Amino acid sequence: MDMNRRQFFKACTTGLGASSLAMLGFSPQPVLAETRSFKLAKATETRNTCPYCSVGCGILMYSLGDRAKNATAEIFHIEGDPDHPVNRGTLCPKGAGLLDFVHSESRLKYPEYRAPGSSDWKRISWNEALDKVAKLMKADRDANFVKQTADGKTVNRWLTTGMLAASASSNESGYITHKVMRSMGVLVFDNQARV
Amino acid sequence: MSSLQSLDIKQRSATTAQPPSVRNTTEVAKLIDVSKCIGCKACQVACGEWNDVRDAIGRNVGVYDNPADLSPETWTVMRFTEHEEAGRLEWLIRKDGCMHCADPGCLKACPSPGAIVQYSNGIVDFVEEHCIGCGYCVTGCPFDVPRISQDDNKAYKCTLCSDRVLVGLEPACVKTCPTGAIMFGSKEDMKEQAAGRLVDLKERGYQNAGLYDPPGVGGTHVMYVLQHADRPGLYHNLPENPSISPMVSLWKGAAKPLALFAMGLTALAGFFHYVRVRPNDVDGDTAPGGNLPPPPEVKKEERRHA
Amino acid sequence: MTNHWVDIKNADVVLIMGGNAAEAHPCGFKWVTEAKAHNKARLVVVDPRFTRSAAMSDYYAPLRAGTDIAFLGGVINYLLANDKIQHEYVRNYTNATFVLTDKYSFADGIFSGYNEAKRSYDASSWGYEIGKDGFAVVDPTMQDPRCVFQVLKKHYSRYTPEVVSKVCGTPKEAFLKVCEYIASTSAPDRAMTVMYALGWTQHSTGTQMIRTAAMMQLLLGNIGVAGGGMNALRGHSNIQGLTDLGLLSNLLPGYLTLPREGEQDYEGYIKSRTLKPLRPNQVSYWQNYPKFHVSLMKAWFGNAATKENNWAFDYLPKLDRNYDVLQAFELMGQGKMNGYICQGFNPVASFPHKAKIIKGLSNLKFLVVIDPLATETSEFWKNFGPYNDVDTANIKTEVIRLPSTCFAEEDGSLTNSGRWLQWHWKGAPPPGEAKADADIIAEIFVRIRALYAKEGGTFPEPVTSLTWTYRLPRSPSPEELAMEYNGKALADVLAPPDPKNPKAPQAVLVPAGQQLPSFAMLRDDGSTSCGCWIYSGAWTQAGNQMARRDNSDPFGIGQTLGWAWSWPVNRRILYNAASADPTGKPWDPRRKLVFFNGKTWGGADVPDMVPTASPQEVHPFIMTAEGVAKLFVPSGMADGPLPEHYEPFESPLTANPLNPGNAKAFSNPAARVFKGDMEAFGKPKDFPYSATTYRLTEHFHYWTKHVDSNAITQPQQFVEIGEELAKEKGIAHGDMVKVRSNRGEIVTVAVVTKRIKALDCGGTKVHTVGIPNHWGFKGVAKMGYLANTLTPFVGDANTQTPEYKAFTVNIEKA
Repeated sequence: MDMNRRQFFKACTTGLGASSLAMLGFSPQPVLAETRSFKLAKATETRNTCPYCSVGCGILMYSLGDRAKNATAEIFHIEGDPDHPVNRGTLCPKGAGLLDFVHSESRLKYPEYRAPGSSDWKRISWNEALDKVAKLMKADRDANFVKQTADGKTVNRWLTTGMLAASASSNESGYITHKVMRSMGVLVFDNQARV
Repeated sequence: MSSLQSLDIKQRSATTAQPPSVRNTTEVAKLIDVSKCIGCKACQVACGEWNDVRDAIGRNVGVYDNPADLSPETWTVMRFTEHEEAGRLEWLIRKDGCMHCADPGCLKACPSPGAIVQYSNGIVDFVEEHCIGCGYCVTGCPFDVPRISQDDNKAYKCTLCSDRVLVGLEPACVKTCPTGAIMFGSKEDMKEQAAGRLVDLKERGYQNAGLYDPPGVGGTHVMYVLQHADRPGLYHNLPENPSISPMVSLWKGAAKPLALFAMGLTALAGFFHYVRVRPNDVDGDTAPGGNLPPPPEVKKEERRHA
Repeated sequence: MTNHWVDIKNADVVLIMGGNAAEAHPCGFKWVTEAKAHNKARLVVVDPRFTRSAAMSDYYAPLRAGTDIAFLGGVINYLLANDKIQHEYVRNYTNATFVLTDKYSFADGIFSGYNEAKRSYDASSWGYEIGKDGFAVVDPTMQDPRCVFQVLKKHYSRYTPEVVSKVCGTPKEAFLKVCEYIASTSAPDRAMTVMYALGWTQHSTGTQMIRTAAMMQLLLGNIGVAGGGMNALRGHSNIQGLTDLGLLSNLLPGYLTLPREGEQDYEGYIKSRTLKPLRPNQVSYWQNYPKFHVSLMKAWFGNAATKENNWAFDYLPKLDRNYDVLQAFELMGQGKMNGYICQGFNPVASFPHKAKIIKGLSNLKFLVVIDPLATETSEFWKNFGPYNDVDTANIKTEVIRLPSTCFAEEDGSLTNSGRWLQWHWKGAPPPGEAKADADIIAEIFVRIRALYAKEGGTFPEPVTSLTWTYRLPRSPSPEELAMEYNGKALADVLAPPDPKNPKAPQAVLVPAGQQLPSFAMLRDDGSTSCGCWIYSGAWTQAGNQMARRDNSDPFGIGQTLGWAWSWPVNRRILYNAASADPTGKPWDPRRKLVFFNGKTWGGADVPDMVPTASPQEVHPFIMTAEGVAKLFVPSGMADGPLPEHYEPFESPLTANPLNPGNAKAFSNPAARVFKGDMEAFGKPKDFPYSATTYRLTEHFHYWTKHVDSNAITQPQQFVEIGEELAKEKGIAHGDMVKVRSNRGEIVTVAVVTKRIKALDCGGTKVHTVGIPNHWGFKGVAKMGYLANTLTPFVGDANTQTPEYKAFTVNIEKA
């Protein structure tokens, strides 16, 4: 941000020649300048909804490439959707920074496993991860499912495994999550409605 | 270069050639209504996102202002002031950044031809490829806005999103502002917009509400609606009557016709050094002087997980 | 929200209390600035802190955290004492006229029916007097001492301005000034909107706080009108959707409810939910419950749900109690749970008493985390120094972490706070191998189902017979799922028989196989399927209604009915028939929402009324058995039929100023407190300062500390204290401070501010410590202590929402 002394003197010497000429009205260059090129000119625009709070602002996502087979889309800019009746193109600091969420260095890329007592992650395949989850769940359900209470009431519930569902996932994800978990008899089930 | 906009240029630093002046583009302005600003910093984020600049992740120094100051990578910041008067508390939040003066001190001071230009729509833009990093623009600016980058030794500041305005869009900060505290349009329309706001503010008890469009710099293309226009200093030391530094005026106005080539190189260098205050504060062994920004605390490479 | 974001522009007065819309919902708050600009609206903010919303207000009044019922009860008293109510609205549209039985009573802060040992109420004494005709008795003059109006008046007569000031610490003049603003909207042509959020829900009396405000709005005639309403500003992009879809312990989609274990008999289960009207000629919409329920069971279990097996009633688990998040972690702590799945959820950061949460997770056999980001929860077993000081080797929990896509990488719909279902489109592929949430769930399900088919197991029927007709069983498309929750005709849906000609063939309303146009077509005979009745209409035979993008506003009051789709039946303002007087004419001719032309209802919104029902006969609150809104709630509330002020479980006071003589009525007598947690509440002598947690506008929960842009604008954790407390403690701007509660401590930066003032609560000076959320031990922002290290493990008596907004701490220079 600031210059050190050496940089200053360097700047002075390079600058002086030109500036002295300019002072005298001898500027050798015509009156030209250019702005930075408009970066969205041919980008692909996709409509989406901000995933943070519940205002549900419309957003426009701009991605590299025109969806041709040999290009891989990469989102490089996000701004508000001016047609949206609520946000009318505006976005708050979270929405305005969505690009950095999409590309956050904290994004997870691969399934991982942490063994009991271990201090490390181990990368595993989707197949291994999903098989593991399915087996753990089924084993726990088979062992602890309650069909009837001691006094003979049919209850068909599974209380030893629970789930927290994602309030930023879509209705479609939420719907299928509910359908699946309830079919197994899960009651320890919640979402972010309270927090 | 095919995209050169010679015909839309009004002024160019260190250049005497007159630009063509047949075209009349609309004079634009950004109106920042402080009374509607919630200080959310969406404009800060949108500015960085659009311009592809990200500052270092700093630390909290006991206030909401973050980053604490403008930098080569932060072209606008919110300045928060808690003002209490007659038992009433006000949280005055001013978006700080380039004012795009009609009579730009930075451009006047700049010794490098074409490093600073003013378009006919009023936008004052830095053309970094011509910038020599001398820092005179910093001294020339009555609002302490430009910042020199350590990465490339060039000056940076708000461009009023000249790339967006060129294709008919509003600047990124304007578009994103959730409450409409930042408006954009022709300067005439913005003055009219401000007039309407002043009626509303006066009706709500702000008798001294007014428009900040300081004549000392020929008016600005970024204007403020202030609840207390009689005291701009309340808003984190917004200058009451900003004007171009007399040193810059001397240098560009009176001194130039005196055939400066007669001056010895040493004398000239000394003069530059005098004008350019900041190099005196180098080496990090002294506190930042005056109203100049403190040196950066974190180098770019160290910013993550700092 | 009863109304929606854009409608806020129609308000004359905006009350922001129990929320901070400018901070947490800036783009929605824009409509407040629009109301101010174009409607000369006045914004009033009541909050323990001078917030960003307060900075925009015309009037701000402080109050002590957790005392909102006292404040609003005081407003109700002011309105009644000064006759600032909308009489005809109250008489016709609320249960003010309903007469209670003589069994109801209230004394020393406790309602009739209280059982101290169980910390719960038996609500049977709160019911209406039922007449010989089988309907509730009403007194249109509202003079009967047992009518709701008189009971209400008596109850809140105790909430005088002096008492309010003593409890809340609000200066009396400031309280009265707020009352004046609010009372100005009792005129039929003035409307006030109330905007609130977790600042009300996150209290042990949260539900009743919201009820108090709703009662105030009803007395003013501000519900169902443009620019009015009770507007809950939901915290997450699709928390409204997930709640609508019933992803809670005790719910089914569309606010249908799971059976309790006592409900062994299907008929009884259905009957108790099929509400009969309490007044003659009234419409009670829940009479359609069987249609919604049977259609859901057909959507889930298809041919396995038959009339003979009570539509697979026994496939549904039955509740002995609610298993909310606090209950879940209590059970984990007791070692009674083995597995937990966190889908896009970070309980280590989000749930109270972090130490208890870590202990719970450490007791599990396995934890599955499905998330786009590396959350604290997924790494709860790692030691992060003082921020998470755990003994990794001794944590035996297996953890499987599965990467999911984020919004930008998937199609689907989200439901915003205004109940709009908005479709969005994928813009790029996800990073690495990340998969969509729905695909991950489908993959797990398909594997479990295959295991049951192969090796058998306990009660496999609901799993093996779950409808799974998706084209790609491991990857159901959002389109297929949306069409499923909208519902379709399994057989021809027929019009009811013509009473004049009962033998004539019934007209076919929807042919078999077609998507249903709305829930009006649902049947209880198994001929329709519908995964979520209130979402019926979202994807009709005409296609995806959620993807609509016509933003025209033909009536100029912000009703863009062609934009996206809103539940129910694209209605934008709930109870909107109450915007018209009992003759069907709008109360306010300038703000016409809907009206009755003598034959049918119409207007700028989809009328919330049977289209041809005369307003003389049918009252506008058709989702209640009364047909009117309830000022007094005869059943359904755990902690009383009328809101009463109780202190937070951790309070800087030693007695409840409203009921100082009764220790039982100090804090909510019907709130659930787990064994051991009562002892973990701090006492004023050790923890004298009122504390509250909240969001900052620069951040979203614990997500944006992973986001460069937001980490730059607010990089490091801090707490906020007033100048007076800072001076007492010798704390300056930017000093490091230690904040302690009875559950833990955090070390952080102090922001000293004029925006938090000491309050005088009847002679006790109360300082407030403000504690923003947002920092933790993962992400790109500076590491910080999780704010929930400090918060208490107790929730609202009705919803079990944790009491994050009012507890006590101590603070010192670190």
